[in-house]
Amino acid sequence: MSETAVGGAGASAEEAPTVSVTIDGVAVSARPGELVIEAAERAGVFVPRFCYHPRMDPVGVCRMCLVEISGPRGFSLQPSCYVRVADGQEVRTSSEKARKAQEGVLEFLLVNHPLDCPVCDKGGECPLQDQALTHGPGDTRFVEEKRHWAKPIEISPLVYLDRERCIQCSRCTRFADEVAGEALIDFAFRGDAIEVATFPSRPFSSYFSGNTVQICPVGALTAAPYRFASRPWDLEQVETTCTSCAVGCRIVAQSSAGKLVRYLGVDADPVNQSWLCDRGRYGFEANGEGRVSSPSRRKGEGHEAIRWPEALRQVAGALQAAAAAGEGRVGVLGGARLTNEDAYAWAKLARTVLRTDHVDAQLDDGLPAATVLGLPRATIDEAVHARLVVTLAGDLREELPVLYLRLRRALAHDGLAVLECSSVPQALSAEGATRVGYLPGEVARLVGALTGDAEPGEVPGADRSGVVTARRMLAAAAAGGATRGEGVVVVLGRPNLAEPAVGYAEAAALLHAALPGARFLPALRRGNVHGALEMGLAPGVLPGRVGLEEGRAWYESAWGNLPGATGRGARELLEAAAAGELDVLVLLGADPLADLPDPDLARRALEGVGSVVAVASHWDASSSAAQLVLPAAAADERSGSTTNLEGRVTRVAQKVVPPGTAWPAWTIAVALAAEMGDDLGFDNLETLSAEIERVAPSQRGIDLDVLGRPAHRDGLVAPIAAVGVRVGRRGPRLIDPIATPGIASVEEQGAPLVVGDAVALGGQPAGIAGAGPTGSRPPLLGPPASSVPATAPRLDAYSLRLVVGRTLYDRGTLVAASPSLAPLRPEATVRVHPSVLERLGVRDGEPVRVTGPGGAVELAASADEAVARDLAVATARLGTGERPGIESLVAGEGPIDVRLETI
Amino acid sequence: MITDAAPIVTARVGHDDSHTLEGYLATGGYEGLRRALELGRDQVRAEVDAASLLGRGGAGFPAGRKWSMLGRADVTYLVVNGDESEPATFKDHLLVERDPHQVIEGATIAAYALGVAQAFVFCRGEFALGLERLTAAVNEAYAHGALGRSIFGSDFSLDLVIHPGAGAYICGEETALLESLEGKRGFPRIKPPYFPAAIGLYGAPTVVNNVETVSNLPWIVRHGGAAFAALGTGSSTGTRLFALSGHVRRPGWYELEMSKVTFRDLIFDPSLGGGLAEGRSLKAFIPGGVSAPWFGPEQLDLGLDQEAVGKAGSMLGSGSVVVMDDSTCVLRAAWRITRFFHRESCGQCTPCREGGGWLEKILRRLEEGGGREEDLDLLMDACDNIAPGVSWPPQQTTICVLGPSIPSSIASAVRMFRDELLLHVKEGGCPLRGAR
Amino acid sequence: MAHLDDETRRKALATVALYPERRSALIPLCHLAQAQDGWLTPEAMEDIAELVGVTPAEVRGTATFYDMLHTEPVGRYVVAVCTNIACMLSGAYETLEHAEERLGVHVGQTTEDGMFTLEDAECLAGCDKAPCIQVNHRFFGPVDPPALDRLVDDLASGALDEVVPPHGVLCRVERTVGLEAAGAAGVPAAEEAP
Ligand SMILES: Cc1cc2nc3c(=O)[nH]c(=O)nc-3n(C[C@H](O)[C@H](O)[C@H](O)COP(=O)(O)O)c2cc1C
Ligand code: SF4
Ligand code: FES
Repeated sequence: MSETAVGGAGASAEEAPTVSVTIDGVAVSARPGELVIEAAERAGVFVPRFCYHPRMDPVGVCRMCLVEISGPRGFSLQPSCYVRVADGQEVRTSSEKARKAQEGVLEFLLVNHPLDCPVCDKGGECPLQDQALTHGPGDTRFVEEKRHWAKPIEISPLVYLDRERCIQCSRCTRFADEVAGEALIDFAFRGDAIEVATFPSRPFSSYFSGNTVQICPVGALTAAPYRFASRPWDLEQVETTCTSCAVGCRIVAQSSAGKLVRYLGVDADPVNQSWLCDRGRYGFEANGEGRVSSPSRRKGEGHEAIRWPEALRQVAGALQAAAAAGEGRVGVLGGARLTNEDAYAWAKLARTVLRTDHVDAQLDDGLPAATVLGLPRATIDEAVHARLVVTLAGDLREELPVLYLRLRRALAHDGLAVLECSSVPQALSAEGATRVGYLPGEVARLVGALTGDAEPGEVPGADRSGVVTARRMLAAAAAGGATRGEGVVVVLGRPNLAEPAVGYAEAAALLHAALPGARFLPALRRGNVHGALEMGLAPGVLPGRVGLEEGRAWYESAWGNLPGATGRGARELLEAAAAGELDVLVLLGADPLADLPDPDLARRALEGVGSVVAVASHWDASSSAAQLVLPAAAADERSGSTTNLEGRVTRVAQKVVPPGTAWPAWTIAVALAAEMGDDLGFDNLETLSAEIERVAPSQRGIDLDVLGRPAHRDGLVAPIAAVGVRVGRRGPRLIDPIATPGIASVEEQGAPLVVGDAVALGGQPAGIAGAGPTGSRPPLLGPPASSVPATAPRLDAYSLRLVVGRTLYDRGTLVAASPSLAPLRPEATVRVHPSVLERLGVRDGEPVRVTGPGGAVELAASADEAVARDLAVATARLGTGERPGIESLVAGEGPIDVRLETI
Repeated sequence: MITDAAPIVTARVGHDDSHTLEGYLATGGYEGLRRALELGRDQVRAEVDAASLLGRGGAGFPAGRKWSMLGRADVTYLVVNGDESEPATFKDHLLVERDPHQVIEGATIAAYALGVAQAFVFCRGEFALGLERLTAAVNEAYAHGALGRSIFGSDFSLDLVIHPGAGAYICGEETALLESLEGKRGFPRIKPPYFPAAIGLYGAPTVVNNVETVSNLPWIVRHGGAAFAALGTGSSTGTRLFALSGHVRRPGWYELEMSKVTFRDLIFDPSLGGGLAEGRSLKAFIPGGVSAPWFGPEQLDLGLDQEAVGKAGSMLGSGSVVVMDDSTCVLRAAWRITRFFHRESCGQCTPCREGGGWLEKILRRLEEGGGREEDLDLLMDACDNIAPGVSWPPQQTTICVLGPSIPSSIASAVRMFRDELLLHVKEGGCPLRGAR
Repeated sequence: MAHLDDETRRKALATVALYPERRSALIPLCHLAQAQDGWLTPEAMEDIAELVGVTPAEVRGTATFYDMLHTEPVGRYVVAVCTNIACMLSGAYETLEHAEERLGVHVGQTTEDGMFTLEDAECLAGCDKAPCIQVNHRFFGPVDPPALDRLVDDLASGALDEVVPPHGVLCRVERTVGLEAAGAAGVPAAEEAP
């Protein structure tokens, strides 16, 4: 265990207090610029407050935090949330005068606040209730009639507003404006008639609306999914990580009577700083719907339940036959929904037992693993403090919402420079980022023009002055550091499924070559896709960011024999399956029928393969088509770790039990190996985790035990040596002492590491747990070499080049299975410039036929000035059974040109 | 003794065409501005310092001192405060309607002295006629060369925008006014750091001066600061426009030399207030707008002097005097004033937002007969939670001084007329029922 | 109705051009919209939001802070009776009660024919003519109950049409000059017209 690597950094380096103040008679050193309320809190003095929120600018309006502060003219009552510390300042937080003022404010707040605590969601976790008990006068002197308003208003499908309970702290309106950048709610009217209000025709439809519910100190804003779901005293909770997308926000998952009922964002300083997106916040609902609860075997059109021993025998039989037939007869697709431990177990099973390197956690919708793993990685903090952030990714607001929030805030509030490279304007450029465009297929050409030494040539889809400006921005930022490009952070993703990934890999390689100091944040969006890649669920990649050949000796000493040849990625694998070259296809929570950009290929592959085995938590299109289905535990039903887009590894913890007889995926791997007469070498999470730490080079020093320590609740960024350790805050941290009093994140992550039932199955005790690989550790993957960018075909005058992007709420499994989120999915449309519709004689909203190489689909047309005249923009995964989505036009490689026709 | 000091800001008010450029020029209009341009910036500031011109908006801060505090920056602003909404105050109303050019000339002189290139007149929205006349006057002033590029051929240029308010008393408070001028809800800003002179309009250093304050400038520049300072006594120099209302025979505005005239003169002199109605006696009067604590007959002989009134425990404020004779129910008067503050609280600070409404409810209950003896202590204690100490000048638990203005009338009524309030409790309602 | 018409839009653009920052024109634009429709229609608020670069929720939130801006329809004449201290001492509540009887509506309501909306106003700065009244922000006073009857008659008969324009028409004088001062970024108001 590399104790030194993780322990050393300590908390001491973080702060250098220089201002000395006296708080309640005790000398305290404070950071310059710190608010009095913060200094007091660090000194252990809690000043009551309502409007103050540590992640927003102070406004000092509720007056609850009044304390006596010394000034040139003696002591006066001042809001401690607004006044900053000054040397020699004296603060009295509980003098008679301060207490009277605080009690007075509390009494005033109750003048119009209804006493409906018994029916209020907030009852039991309400600071008004609490403070009325601790800071308020005993009995009420208020005998007048209170203000009355009509009962709750639905201000969005997810948020209810009970105006009577509002205490006008403006936390919600400030969040909407200041943090989310969408002032869809604002105060209306004046004085004690103030109410939070939307514009009548525009609901509070924000991806971030749930945060307002979380930070509302009273029960004025409530979440539709949680209303009356539980009482605070019935809640059990655990701190864990949201795996709805790859940002990996830290959360507290709460359950009541064995059911998940609520997620709250934890103030993890380097990651989500207490915010969540609504998809993450309410996505846990998917746990309850459409689950695979027992092993099943296909029977006619449906499936019949079978018992585990029978299922294991049948799956093992098929796999064994395939493995015996030769190397590479089995393919394993998926893994982004797994924990790191699950992914490692399957990576090992595939290589050593199934004898295949045909493994891929991505469905041809991401980036090459070598690019993701090989480029120097940035953290989110590095990005928000960068000289320049370059985005070359899908719309972050749609794909990685909380990363967007952090970047937006830095852009709008702290002056972060952002250069958005995008074919279609995205949310960050709407918020003030500089934008440069490009025609799909020309991304590498654009990057070449931005970084090359020569005068930039013409870049299709980019206007010249935009290229010149962007070039200048990049050059100025790149020149700043010691190594060229230091301080530049590139957010690299896959904005367009109708454009080859290789263009982005080339673009990244060019950027790295031109700016060796630049760091990258890979913007892949699926839950634990980064963990899956890190754990070797990609062809030619072994756990710990190691190439198959470079790592062969090391891994053969640890694991045994490895497949001889590099396997195929998802597309080639499915093509091979369609051609009958594959005996078994294992789907690890993957749904290629719905998620592959080319659904027709997925269909042919599933038909062409000998048998399909799905390790699945939900009945989706692909698991429903599988011959054998093994039920897997979903998020919050198993423990382990997950890895976010920074490479940050955090603990995920079990809160509820999986339905029926579902198991964590790693135990399924162990059981299958045992059934096939093999031994993976671990039979509990501790030994599995310890093996990863020992074997996988990027994971040195990181295991579940280390991650479970209080100092590491915000995770550790792998590899530790390269990035250094950021030690999180110490002591129990409150999520938000005001909105959710008493809800502290758990000190130790005490949830059991192993799911009760699952341990009992087949595997032998891990005899080799202590043994390790021999020889020297293989090097981590390095940045891929740059190549000459391929040129895209020219666009003919009658065609439009297709952009297939993503939306937060799509028809993927998670959203589809969440009753609160499913209705929020937008209609499928094709967005084009208004002149295109004019030319066709089609009105906004009318259907058109979009024809491409892969077929034709009918979609409603939508006129959008922001879309360039030669583009057609649509969103993936919005199609339904009867109405195929735009992704069915995606076929083969290369940008896709389509034509629009009237119907 | 009522002095015969010549009117300074109301000299033109008797003339029908006083609001037109023609009428203005015929009576010495824009001479002050021309003179200022001859004198130069520094000399204009010296004259204003010498005049000891106190702000007429309520706080009475010396204009020259305020100007000297303006932060240095590339862009600075002047905002003239014509929001006049303090109850019983109606002097700026008069000035913008009857002598809009004087406001513009005064603003231009101030802008010149401050080196400001952009000025705003924030005019109360309800002054529709005033807005029309100010707008017409601005058009005329540009045409006349008194505004715009190279004013009167000098190298000084100024743009002036008339900005209409929209009905909110709090926008008279200078930082709320700036928020409102920025197109926002009129929420006062926290001082520090938001002192307008440091961080004002759009974050730039800004001087905010009252309409009457700037209206004095043409005269001061023309006649010299010394001539202005020769009027009045002590720091209360020049003349001041007093608004007299309530139970007097001759309510109206009176421009009087400061300090020299007493409240008794103002209320009773036949040439001024003309006394009370037949058979009535004075019960109380408010010396400087409804934010000010009340005075009784014993303070009648105080001069209209900022310092003297301050020392006696109240303020001259906006220069409006409300007279209440013995037919007045003081509880009802206090209730009506409290209702005003309740309705006009911007709503940011809990003590002001909720306290105002609570106090209003208690007062109404007392007036309607549901009072309890302990309500008087409750009133005072709730007031204490808004303005600790309930004394003058007030301490505050709020951002701006609207909050601590609420207790003034309530504390006055409770302290001066405790027995009358208790009578309300005893008799189950107002003993003066039917009284106004 | 509803959206800003061409003439109002022209004035709005000229107004926006007078300010260093667009949002400052929000309230003047609300007045312009009220001059057009008598009140602030949702469509007008959406137009204003676009013109000054904020969300419609912010326009409504800001407008409702101010008493003169109405987000619900009002009558052709908004009769505002001041009842604050000076007017109260001079009988304002008697006038107000009489107005309620005469118009047959309570404070805050509009007569069925859409002619009159009655308001109980805070001090209007007309205390020398207490009790004082504003009709569409034009002053009348002192107004005792008989004077109120005469006023209502005159308004209803159109005798005061010259003096009292329909509700919302605040300033009948248009500013004809744009920004000129050296260094000012503005352009003459006339050139801003579409
Ligand atoms: C609640 C409140 C209302 C005010 N109303 C006005 C007003 O209507 N007009 C005014 O000139 N000043 C008003 N003031 C005072 C202004 O804040 C500011 O002091 C004044 O405009 C400065 O001008 P002066 O220095 O020329 O007096 C008000 C202050 C407060 C706290
Ligand atoms: S004291 Fe009242 S008016 Fe002043 S800022 Fe606070 S709430 Fe607003
Ligand atoms: S004023 Fe400090 S917490 Fe609200």
